[in-house]
Amino acid sequence: MSRIGVFVCHCGLNIAKTVRVSELAQFAATLPDVVVAKDYKFMCSTPGQEMIANDIKEHRLDRVIVTACSPLMHEQTFRKVLSASGLNQYLLTIVNIREQVSWVTHDIDEGTAKSKALLNGAVNRARLLAPLTSRVIDVNPDVMVVGGGIAGIQAALELANTGRKVYLVEKNSTIGGHMAQFDKTFPTLDCSACILTPKMDSVMQNKNITLMTSCEVSEVKGYVGNFDITVKQKARYVDHDKCNACLACTEKCPGKGVSEWDEGLVKRKAIYIPFPQAVPQKPIIDRDACTYFIKGKCRLCEKVCEQKAIDFEQQDTFSTMKVGAVIVATGYDLMDTKPLVQYGYGKYPGVYNALEVERLFNSAGPTGGKVTMRDGKEPQAIAILHCIGSRDKNNYEHCSRVCCMYSLKFAHLFKEKTSADVYQFYIDMRAAGKGYEEFYNRIIEEDVKFIRGKGARVAESADEPGRLIVEAEDTITGKFIKLPVDMVVLSPAMKPRADSKDLARLFNLSTDKYGFFMERHPKLAPLSTMSEGIFIAGVCQSPKDIPDTVAQANGAAAEALTIVVKDKMELEATTAMVNPASCCGCQNCVRVCPYGAPFFKEDKGVSEINEALCKGCGLCASVCPSSAIIARHFTNEQVLAEMEGLMEF
Amino acid sequence: MSQTVTPFLEMSQAIMEAGGEALKKCYQCGTCSGTCPWTPITHFNIRKLVRYGQLGLDGIEEFMWGCSTCKFCVDRCPRGVELIDIVTAIRNVYSGGGMLPQSLRAFVGSMSARGNPWSGDQAKRNDWAKDQYPLYAPGTEYLFWTCCTVCYDPRNTKLAKATAEILKLSGVSWGIPSVEVNCCGESLKKVGDLELFDRLKSANRDYFKANQVSKIITVSPHCLAAFKKDYGEDYEVLHFSELIARLVQEGKLSPKKDLGGVKVTYHDPCYLGRHSGVYDAPRDVLRSIPGVEFVEMERSREQSMCCGGGGGGLWMEKLKGERLSDLRIEEAMATGATVLATACPYCITMFEDSARTLNVDEQIKIKDVTELFLESLGINIDEPVVDTCAL
Repeated sequence: MSRIGVFVCHCGLNIAKTVRVSELAQFAATLPDVVVAKDYKFMCSTPGQEMIANDIKEHRLDRVIVTACSPLMHEQTFRKVLSASGLNQYLLTIVNIREQVSWVTHDIDEGTAKSKALLNGAVNRARLLAPLTSRVIDVNPDVMVVGGGIAGIQAALELANTGRKVYLVEKNSTIGGHMAQFDKTFPTLDCSACILTPKMDSVMQNKNITLMTSCEVSEVKGYVGNFDITVKQKARYVDHDKCNACLACTEKCPGKGVSEWDEGLVKRKAIYIPFPQAVPQKPIIDRDACTYFIKGKCRLCEKVCEQKAIDFEQQDTFSTMKVGAVIVATGYDLMDTKPLVQYGYGKYPGVYNALEVERLFNSAGPTGGKVTMRDGKEPQAIAILHCIGSRDKNNYEHCSRVCCMYSLKFAHLFKEKTSADVYQFYIDMRAAGKGYEEFYNRIIEEDVKFIRGKGARVAESADEPGRLIVEAEDTITGKFIKLPVDMVVLSPAMKPRADSKDLARLFNLSTDKYGFFMERHPKLAPLSTMSEGIFIAGVCQSPKDIPDTVAQANGAAAEALTIVVKDKMELEATTAMVNPASCCGCQNCVRVCPYGAPFFKEDKGVSEINEALCKGCGLCASVCPSSAIIARHFTNEQVLAEMEGLMEF
Repeated sequence: MSQTVTPFLEMSQAIMEAGGEALKKCYQCGTCSGTCPWTPITHFNIRKLVRYGQLGLDGIEEFMWGCSTCKFCVDRCPRGVELIDIVTAIRNVYSGGGMLPQSLRAFVGSMSARGNPWSGDQAKRNDWAKDQYPLYAPGTEYLFWTCCTVCYDPRNTKLAKATAEILKLSGVSWGIPSVEVNCCGESLKKVGDLELFDRLKSANRDYFKANQVSKIITVSPHCLAAFKKDYGEDYEVLHFSELIARLVQEGKLSPKKDLGGVKVTYHDPCYLGRHSGVYDAPRDVLRSIPGVEFVEMERSREQSMCCGGGGGGLWMEKLKGERLSDLRIEEAMATGATVLATACPYCITMFEDSARTLNVDEQIKIKDVTELFLESLGINIDEPVVDTCAL
């Protein structure tokens, strides 16, 4: 005989609007073994919690059911109430009648009926619950940061400054990310390099940071507090331990590769550093552009290198790092605008995308900071087209958030560096950030023309060869505009890195349909993921500007710190276990587990489960043909009893 | 005129109830109007039409007949707004109030009284065939659906015959419908007479059912789109260009007559291209013809221009300078082509008119892909593209 207490929460009107809560409590009181049933406006409030604690004492309850919101919200709250009242915390059952009932119906009869069914099942299950003991594990104090853009740099520095050891893993040969490509940043117009390069140098000099450029994560094992992450060091063909960064090699190299750094606008050498302030300041060889790798001879770089640092035989190497937490900050790509044939990108040399224009402004860029086009001429008229692929069901539905502001910045820089007329074709001007509206006003006063209408087409001028015609409706006057310009700038949608879904698989992260990483909760856990111990920051989560990215990076560093600052941590006791007497050795469990927790013991011919890896999802138990796997807290008996309770309705 | 207006939401509600639900989604970015081929040359503004509809504002009549339902805006719209549904719904709501333009009254009247838009005698629907071609009967594989326009319009009966002649050589089992069938009703729907459209549709569906029709070949892309989208999923529908392309590929028909290097460009009919996604079949047919030098116009395939004949446009008068077909003829001539091929009787009618009024009908011939193909099979039912003596 159990003594069960049922506590029905109104959640203000969130639940009470579509579930008759007092009727639900009265119904609960009629169920066998339920000795007390109450409803209350906010069960999670202090009086609500006290009510439960008092009833546990007064009615000598040995099971508690809270009928309220998702367990993700308040399971921990109510578990603490049980623990404080001397009950094992696993004797709590949460029935989710908010997300799964009241928020998904408008019909109060339906809502009440479904709540009764769920509660009836929960009472059945609660009777069969058993006390469980949480596990305590050791925590590795180090952190890995994946991605060396401004988000990764900031997070790594914050963590390193608390004394943590940080591995900063960057795919490219330098850190800095997109921010290092920009000339100026909005709305303050301060020089991007001036604020970024000191941080890049700090990374290099910080003893707590192990900088791993030209590296990619290739395997992730383990669990919160104890990750084993294998990183591939891609062959650089230059021994960075020997290289003294004299860069004589880059001067002599006859090879030509495409400068990713300059968005393909110019060539670079085959042995190169991407840009003068690159960190580390040491070159790598681009195999696809290197004369030796292509033709089998050259090796000029090797001849001029006094340090004997060139190593054409270098191979990719792998090493495994142990860390307690991970921050993923892999940033973004711009969408490829070539498929949007109406804008002529890739067809007309006068059409540029935003990152290309960033490079044109930059003094270290392909034109030395002069705004000259591919034909070497300075543009006389420039159209900047907003929302190319953003806010667009056919491409990316989201607003990319930064394009309005950088388009204004472009307009300012065009005005400063050329005598061109500058036009903005926009749908809505979005300037919601500190100092942004003021910046918008400033640019208006610089006599930039704003045309409210999305650019519809870019065509070649029939009258003036080489000039472009931008077609759009000015929706304010309702007139069709055909604007002759020399240069068109597209502000394309920001999208996740091309390999974000691969990374999501490695780290077991979920993504939205475009590949942006999903946060655990959009408001209350924006930097956490559904994978414990793995945090996200910056544009890999969704488009955002530099201030927000830096704030997120700081936040993610703090979140990671909350894990690695402790020596030990408590893990859920709701894991699976194998009864070896019934195990038939089929290894179904090994195959289905997304966390790699079950393993096969060859000598005994049975599976076992590594409890540290087990998340208690129950997949293994459901595919076990001999019912040898017991999912603690969700045993077959418990689940079947709950289902029987549901079926009665 | 006063600039003060009050939103009249009952009207916008009525539009939404008539199928213009998509009104709600529009954020007025101007992509549709910037894309619309009419915006540069007329006062018609598709974005304003939607805006007036959203607020139920007076004055909508000014815009509502301008759209030729070419679907360019729908494909580009970043909000996925079904603009043609909105146009149709607005026309439905307002023409119910007696606002049908004069030129469309004969069209609708003929549809209602005679089941075709050309005031043709229904009993004479098959006169073009002169009893030379088989009538569809249960057990026949394909119904060759003859569009009203190819049955009654003198220019287009040539297209009907060309199609029938190719079918005769094709080896497939086929027949034309009896005279009791009606217009598919596609254009009627787009001018907003949804009630009459339903009547025609259900009569045609009865004919299909009684005669166990399951496979249909259409000569007009408008019938194709209607059967595919508005008649339910019961039929396998092919455009004639798709059938020819398939027969050529299977080696069942081989063009042999060399057309001697004639330069041909191809206009994508909106209802074959954007509405039905058929871009390659007509091009494949043209390329299969020996001695055809095929050239593309600058705007082609998904980016193609509209002839102006859809959405009831074929029956509405347009002023000089406001005709898309004129612009398209100019684009075709700019390629150096002497034949403008297309695959739709409406386009043919529009272009023939334009070629004549622009006085270029000697410089550029308007042909259906089917007609060119028949010529390449060595059969002449009409003035050839190439003077046979010259070969």
